[in-house]
Amino acid sequence: MRKIAIYGKGGIGKSTTTQNLVAGLIEMGEKVMVVGCDPKADSTRLLLGGLHQQSVLDTLREEGEDVELDDVRKEGYGGTLCVESGGPEPGVGCAGRGIITSINLLESLGAYEEGEGIDYVFYDVLGDVVCGGFAMPMREGKAKEIYIVCSGEMMAMYAANNICKGIVKFAESGGIRLGGIICNSRKVDNEEEMIKEFAKRLGTRMIYFVPRDNMVQKAEINRKTVIEYEPDCEQATHYRNLAKCIAENDNYVIPKPMPTDDLEKILIEFGILD
Amino acid sequence: MLSMTPKEITERKALRINPAKTCQPIGAMYAALGIHSCLPHSHGSQGCYAYHRSHLTRHFREPVMASTSSFTEGASVFGGAPNLRQALKNIFQIYDPDVVAVHTTCLSETIGDDLPSIIKKAKDDGIIPDGKWVIHTNTPSYVGSHVTGFSNMVRGIVDYFSQSMGETKDRINVIPGYVEPSDMREIKRMTEEMGVKSLVFPDTSDVLDTPQTAQYAMYPKGGVTIETLCSTGDSKATLALGPFASEQAAKAMETKCNVPFQVLDLPIGVSATDRFVQAIMDVTGKEVPESMEYERGRLMDIMTDMQHHLLNKEVAVFGDPDHLISLCEFLINMGMRPKYVITGTPGKRFDLRIKGILKDWAPNAIVKSDADIFYLHQLIKNDPVDLIIGNTYGKYVAHAEDIPIVRFGFPILDRVGHSYFPTVGYRGGMYLLTNIANTILERKDRDDPDEFFELIM
Repeated sequence: MRKIAIYGKGGIGKSTTTQNLVAGLIEMGEKVMVVGCDPKADSTRLLLGGLHQQSVLDTLREEGEDVELDDVRKEGYGGTLCVESGGPEPGVGCAGRGIITSINLLESLGAYEEGEGIDYVFYDVLGDVVCGGFAMPMREGKAKEIYIVCSGEMMAMYAANNICKGIVKFAESGGIRLGGIICNSRKVDNEEEMIKEFAKRLGTRMIYFVPRDNMVQKAEINRKTVIEYEPDCEQATHYRNLAKCIAENDNYVIPKPMPTDDLEKILIEFGILD
Repeated sequence: MLSMTPKEITERKALRINPAKTCQPIGAMYAALGIHSCLPHSHGSQGCYAYHRSHLTRHFREPVMASTSSFTEGASVFGGAPNLRQALKNIFQIYDPDVVAVHTTCLSETIGDDLPSIIKKAKDDGIIPDGKWVIHTNTPSYVGSHVTGFSNMVRGIVDYFSQSMGETKDRINVIPGYVEPSDMREIKRMTEEMGVKSLVFPDTSDVLDTPQTAQYAMYPKGGVTIETLCSTGDSKATLALGPFASEQAAKAMETKCNVPFQVLDLPIGVSATDRFVQAIMDVTGKEVPESMEYERGRLMDIMTDMQHHLLNKEVAVFGDPDHLISLCEFLINMGMRPKYVITGTPGKRFDLRIKGILKDWAPNAIVKSDADIFYLHQLIKNDPVDLIIGNTYGKYVAHAEDIPIVRFGFPILDRVGHSYFPTVGYRGGMYLLTNIANTILERKDRDDPDEFFELIM
C-alpha cells in the first residue's frame, strides 16, 4: 500500500489535483482511499458528487467513542473510499488535534489493514504545516511519500519551501520522503522553467506540469472530477498523465529547503523576463 | 455533604460530576512503576505530574518518583522537544534509572509532539547513555480513562522491549491488569504454586508495597527487569487479565513476536479464578496442586457459610470495567443482586458484557459506562441499595444515604490494606468476601432492635 500525503499552500488546488489524479489511478484499476485532513471537509467533494455529510470528528462528537468504520467512510467515484476528518468551525477549537484524533481513530478501526486491499491512501492536508497536528500524516511512517502542489507564484513557492522544512524534520524518524513538486499552473511568466529549477534546488524534481484550463472549474461546479465529467478533454489526459507519473515515480528524497534570499533570487532570475 | 443531589434524573451531555475515572497518565505512571529501576516521566506541565504522583502516593502510601518536562508558555507554542531533551540529560545525570518511561499529557498531545522522533534524536545525539532505555506511550486524557493509560503503557512496554529470539521457552507471560501490588504478587504465587514459570509484567510488588527498613531506595528491588521484559517474546503464550487493561499489549505481543494470547477476566471471585487456573492448565499442561484445591475449598466454605446473609442483597457497584465484570460475577455467585453498575471508562462492550452476566439473576440492573458517581447517587436516591462497593469517592454517597460501603478498586485513599491483601485468586476472594460479609453484618448489628440483636450470626 502506498501512503501519500499532498501538501501545499492554501487555495493552490491540492484537493482538486488530488481528486483528479485519484480518478486517473482509478481508471488504471487501483483501489484508493482519500483522507481529507482539512476542517472544511471538502477534500472528497468531487469524488462523492457533493460534500461528505459525516466527518470523523462530527461522528465522534455526536456518537461518542464507539464509531464504526462504515459511519465515516463513504464510497465515491469508481469505488474510491472517502473519509473526511472534519474539524471545528473557524475561530474555535484546535483543528490540528482534530487531525491527530481522526487519523488515530481510522487506524484503530482498521482502515489501513491489509485485508482492505487498498493500493493507495492519499492524505489531503490543508495549507501550510503550522502545528503538530498538520504534520500528523508525516509522523510515525503514516505517509511515506509527499507531493507538494505549487505554482509559480511567490507565496506558493514560499509555502512549499516551508513544508520541505517540515519534511526534513520527520524524514529521519518517520522515513518520509519527498516524491516531487506538482506544478498547478497559474499562468505565471516562465512558470514551468521556474518550478523545474525550484524543484531542482530543493533536491527533487517537478513531477508534472498541470496547465490551467477552465474545464477544471466547469467540472468542479458539476461536482465531478474532470475525468468523470469530460473524459475525452485534454485536461483529463493531463490528470491521467499525472497519475501515471506518480504510479511510476521512483525518485524519493529528503529535500534541501533553501534560505528565503535564495528563493527570491530564483524568482528574479526566472520570473522577471523583461 | 451531597444533600443537594436532585432525585430527578435529567439528561446530561457535557457535564460530569464526581467522575468514576481519572486521567490516562495515572495509569501509565502506575504501569511504568512495574518496571525495575524505571523513572516515569510526564511530558507536560508540572501540575499534571504533581497531581499524578500525589494521587498514587495517597493510594499506596509509598513515595512515588517521577519527573516532568516542565512545560512553559514557550513549550506550548514551539513544542516540547527541547524540554524533553533537557529532562533526559538531567535524569540520566542525576537520578540514573535504567528506564525512563515517557507518557504524554493533554497539552503535549494537543501540541502534537512526536515522541518517537524526539526520543530517536536524543538517542542519536548521545543524550541517552548506552544500555539505558527511553520508552513512551501516548496518553491524552480526553480519551478513555486511567485504565486506557495503563493499557497504553503496557503496550508501549511490549513495543519497545519484547523480542523473539526464535526459540520458544517453556513459560508464559501474564499481564495482570490494573491491579494492586498485592494482586500481582498473588498472581505470581499462584503460577509458582502450579509449577509454572511465568513472566508477570508490569509488576509493582516490592515497588509500591515496600517494607519499612528505615532506608530509602529511589528504585526499590521490585519491578520487572529489562532482561525479563526483552525475553517475553519467547514465551509460549500470553494470558492477558482484564480486556480493558491488558488486551492491547497481548495483541501487540502476538503481532510483534508471534506469541499467542488469551484474554481472560481479572481472576476476582471463584468463577473467574477457575477460568484463570484452567487457562494455565490448558497452556502448560500442569495440574492444580492439592494446596490450591484447598484454597478454593476454603473460599467455597466462606461462600456457603455466609450465603444466608448475602442472598438477595442489592448492591451498587462502580469503578473500573475489568474489576466490575469479575466482581458482578462473584456477587451473583453468592446470590447477591447487583442493581447499579457504573464505570467512568467509556466502552459499549462493558455494558454488553455486564448485562450478559446479570441477565438471569439481576436482569433489571442499570448498567452504564462513561457515567459518573452523581448519576449513581441519583439512582440510589430513587431506589436505595443494601450495599455500595467502589473506591473511596463512594463514601460521600454512602454517608449521605446511610448505606454501608466496601472499598474496592482504585483509588482507596482513606483505608489501609488494599496494597497488601489481594482480591485476586482464591485467597483474594476470601479477603474480599470477608470484607463484604463483615460490612453487612456490622450494619445489621448497628440497625437491629434488641430482640433481633444476635450473638451468633
